[in-house]
Amino acid sequence: MATIKIPPVLRASVGGKREVNASGANVGEVLRDLAASHPATAEQLFAADGELNRYVNVYLNDEDVRVLQGLDTAVGAGDTLVILPAMAGGR
Amino acid sequence: MSVSSAELLRQIKNRIDEIDPSEVKELIGEGVAIVDVRGSEEFATGHLPGARSIPRGHLESRIESAVPDRSAQVVLYCASGARSAYAARTLQEDMGYEHVRSMTGGITLWKDRGYEVEIPRALSAEQRDRYSRHLLIPEIGAEGQQRLLDARVLLLGAGGLGSPTALYLAAAGVGTLGIVDDDDVDLSNLQRQVIHSTQRVGIPKVDSAEESIHALNPDVQVVKYPVRLNAQNIMEIIPGWDVIVDGVDNFPTRYLLNDATVRLRIPVVSASILGFDGQLSVFKPYDGPCYRCLFREPPPAELAPSCGANGVLGVLPGTMGLLQATEVIKLLLGIGDPAIGRLLLYDALAATLTEVKVHRDPDCPICSRDPEDIRDDELGVFPDYEAFCAAAG
Repeated sequence: MATIKIPPVLRASVGGKREVNASGANVGEVLRDLAASHPATAEQLFAADGELNRYVNVYLNDEDVRVLQGLDTAVGAGDTLVILPAMAGGR
Repeated sequence: MSVSSAELLRQIKNRIDEIDPSEVKELIGEGVAIVDVRGSEEFATGHLPGARSIPRGHLESRIESAVPDRSAQVVLYCASGARSAYAARTLQEDMGYEHVRSMTGGITLWKDRGYEVEIPRALSAEQRDRYSRHLLIPEIGAEGQQRLLDARVLLLGAGGLGSPTALYLAAAGVGTLGIVDDDDVDLSNLQRQVIHSTQRVGIPKVDSAEESIHALNPDVQVVKYPVRLNAQNIMEIIPGWDVIVDGVDNFPTRYLLNDATVRLRIPVVSASILGFDGQLSVFKPYDGPCYRCLFREPPPAELAPSCGANGVLGVLPGTMGLLQATEVIKLLLGIGDPAIGRLLLYDALAATLTEVKVHRDPDCPICSRDPEDIRDDELGVFPDYEAFCAAAG
């Protein structure tokens, strides 16, 4: 099981949780497992072509998966995924 | 057994290495640490170019932060070569510095030879008092304080993030603060926007901020822009600022700002806040990634909680705004490791700070190109620019 850190804008889609666990051997599988348990996250994470949306970054521990092997990047049991959509708000 | 001071000095000089001013002159600018061990008042009357001031009485406590490497080349000098000889003995025999030399004849001989002397612009007595806690930090000192006083920092917004940032930069003596904000102070702002006050509800935020800044530090000049930053005015407002503090609350302006600052090579200290969460990064054009490298596109309006009112813990902009102020001061002084190429994620409820890496995107539509190739009509362009906030309602 990997740990996924949920950003504020997605928390409503996972019942308000800040972290959830999901299974899978690579980033794509872990995120699809998340989407299976919490369907509202799917359209926010994935574009129509099945790739990650351009406005969402996913980090395996501290590294951007786009500079690794993208959704095919292997995920170990103790790893943390950070989902990071762009955020604005300074007022 | 007692010895005269002349005899003691002779004995000390036998135990240390000395260096002639003509040799020191050749070492200036070559990475050798040149340390003035005279008192700070003497230093203020003129010193060797590039020398640092560490009065002999503070030598043992301050030398390590100025010269951490024990194998570095260090040249010490004073007025005549006596105090620096004692200081060289201390560094060599008590502290293990391997290559310490004392300059023969001190700055007196240096001046007699007609070599260049740098005269630091003096802080006034009041400034020395006001900034005394900065002057005590070797990384800042009188030279760094002067640099802060000469600096120009533009704040986008005198709101949640801009309030604490402006107050602390003003307190620190950043000489010129620009503020871009077209809002008036509202009662609902005061839960977090600490630069304003209950008495000033209804007046323009730039005026309210100016009043607080001047009350705190009359050294600071405030340049007010009671407008909303947009594609028409950005190239009139932002040129000439040393650092820009981004606390803007919407994506169109954030992309516009990114593109214009890349073109002008102005570093941006950026933060955003929502609920109990904050993000911070420093975008220094061409030294690190830009905002478009981090997020090529903004999210669709329904997923971007930036256009309407959202809740935020009142102290959170304080936390994030002060991290911004800290990064600004580091950039201005050239000290430490600014958060370039790193995004810090602060979770107030968990009390955790997570860091992720941000890489330069070789295909970035903006910063993969030379700044002079970025045209006016490309600044801030992204899909659905016009419809963006309209769609969010």
